[in-house]
Amino acid sequence: MPGDLDTYPPLKQLKEFDPAAVEEARSFRGEVTLYIRWQSLRRICEVLRDAPELQFKFLADLTAVDLFPHEPRFEVVYHLLSMKMNERLRLKVRLPGSNPRVESMVPVWPAANAFEREVFDLFGIVFEGHPHLERILMPEDWEGHPLRKDYPVQGDITRWP
Amino acid sequence: MAITLERIPGREERVILSMGPQHPSTHGVLRLVLELEGETVVRSLYDIGYLHTGFEKSFEDKTYTQGITLTDRMDYLAPLSNNLGFCLAAEKLLDLEIPARAQWVRVLLTELTRIQSHLVWLGSHAIDLGAMSVFLYCFREREDILNIFEMVSGQRMMTSYFRVGGLALEPPLGWLKRVDTFAKYFPERLEEYEALLTRNPIWLRRTQGIGYLSAEDAIALGVSGPSLRGSGVEWDLRKRQPYSSYEKFEFTVPTRAEGDVYARYLVRLDEMRESLKIVQQAMQGMPEGPIKAKAPHIVLPDREEMKTSIEALIYHFKLVTEGFHPPVGEVYQAIESPRGELGFYMVSDGSPRPYRCHVRAPSFANLQALPKMIEGRLIADVVACIGTIDIILGEVDR
Repeated sequence: MPGDLDTYPPLKQLKEFDPAAVEEARSFRGEVTLYIRWQSLRRICEVLRDAPELQFKFLADLTAVDLFPHEPRFEVVYHLLSMKMNERLRLKVRLPGSNPRVESMVPVWPAANAFEREVFDLFGIVFEGHPHLERILMPEDWEGHPLRKDYPVQGDITRWP
Repeated sequence: MAITLERIPGREERVILSMGPQHPSTHGVLRLVLELEGETVVRSLYDIGYLHTGFEKSFEDKTYTQGITLTDRMDYLAPLSNNLGFCLAAEKLLDLEIPARAQWVRVLLTELTRIQSHLVWLGSHAIDLGAMSVFLYCFREREDILNIFEMVSGQRMMTSYFRVGGLALEPPLGWLKRVDTFAKYFPERLEEYEALLTRNPIWLRRTQGIGYLSAEDAIALGVSGPSLRGSGVEWDLRKRQPYSSYEKFEFTVPTRAEGDVYARYLVRLDEMRESLKIVQQAMQGMPEGPIKAKAPHIVLPDREEMKTSIEALIYHFKLVTEGFHPPVGEVYQAIESPRGELGFYMVSDGSPRPYRCHVRAPSFANLQALPKMIEGRLIADVVACIGTIDIILGEVDR
């Protein structure tokens, strides 16, 4: 559990590597969240995975949050686990509401494959460089992305003839 | 158009086979697309989503207490593990202290859930590979566990027994006696299954060296639970990141280095033994005391108190009509479900309903290892490989 964010090893390491990459760091209930600039996401993830003292080799979870109507609207959330440090870390990337795109993390963690497809399916966020970006849970011909906050939950209003 | 594999030009003799979603050995509604050369699987693809129910969307429209009932229906073979994961996440959000008795009852019941879930896995895995009688024995023992669940919560499968802040009800008198009876005879029954399978030459031929998964691949693909431990990685959240006072129990984490179907079979059998140890410890050391946290603005008051105290009545009214308000924030809580790391990622905006609740379903991640296990192997082994990762489609599709 990190007591002070400034001495938290992964954050220190990332700041040394690229001071501009981490936009913001937060700690809540002993969990650390780092907001990463989307341009540096891939390199940051590789550092976290490969640095011998960190070894975040296990991508536990990947999902997204829709903050509609705020802008930037989407947050893609990565939950990393380091079995060596026995530590979890949450990364977040902020994306705009129109044409949200972010680089795919499948080359870093193959586990991201199905999770990114799920986020694409349910939020409509495009992962660039994903090997097989198609709908995974909803039918292939479905319109819209159900987990977006502006998705009509009740469906279309029935019109009587 | 359903998902399919594109034919490779010049390889027209290969058969593209759609397996499922109605195939009995795909454990629910999993569909596989296999490209076969003779009887060998060359490429494969899985197609899921047939059971998609939109739980994550539904969570956003339900209070935290109502949300618990949805969790049962995801992994329907381990409802109490799901209840626990959801409640722990909400409790982390609220920063709530849970009394010891509630924690011990939770541990006891989730370990029974693990045994019960592994029994269904063992039975159906064995029947997939042609060993019929194991299935009947496993379901016989499972019935006793379900009866215990029914005694405690009123339901055999959709228990919804844990609440944010503790338990729904005090367990009935005499329930520990039932658990004790089960714990006494169960080791003998485990020997019975082992006598049928562990040294059975047909079983060995069908499982040894099949569905190999290396430790590196397992970690890279996000595989967790017994499937990871069958590849030699000693990683169990109950030990490494204990929750609900697991640190007070003594048990070992069984691992096997072989990484094949047989190794995962042995790991799960050993896990049942370890779970039984935890159950026995929980029974012997069951503390007395309250089953709910002292937090009147979160936990429903007792019925008697509600009838006699105006404050309790007001809290009761507020909780039932509106629900409680966790602080703004986000948490990720992972537990070791029978299938692996079950995580709940909960975002609160301060309202009585979660702004976002994402479930990291272990089966969803574990399924990604399936193509790795079956490609280059015989089609008959596909069935063994589906069985060995122990997927629950309700949880995969959510």
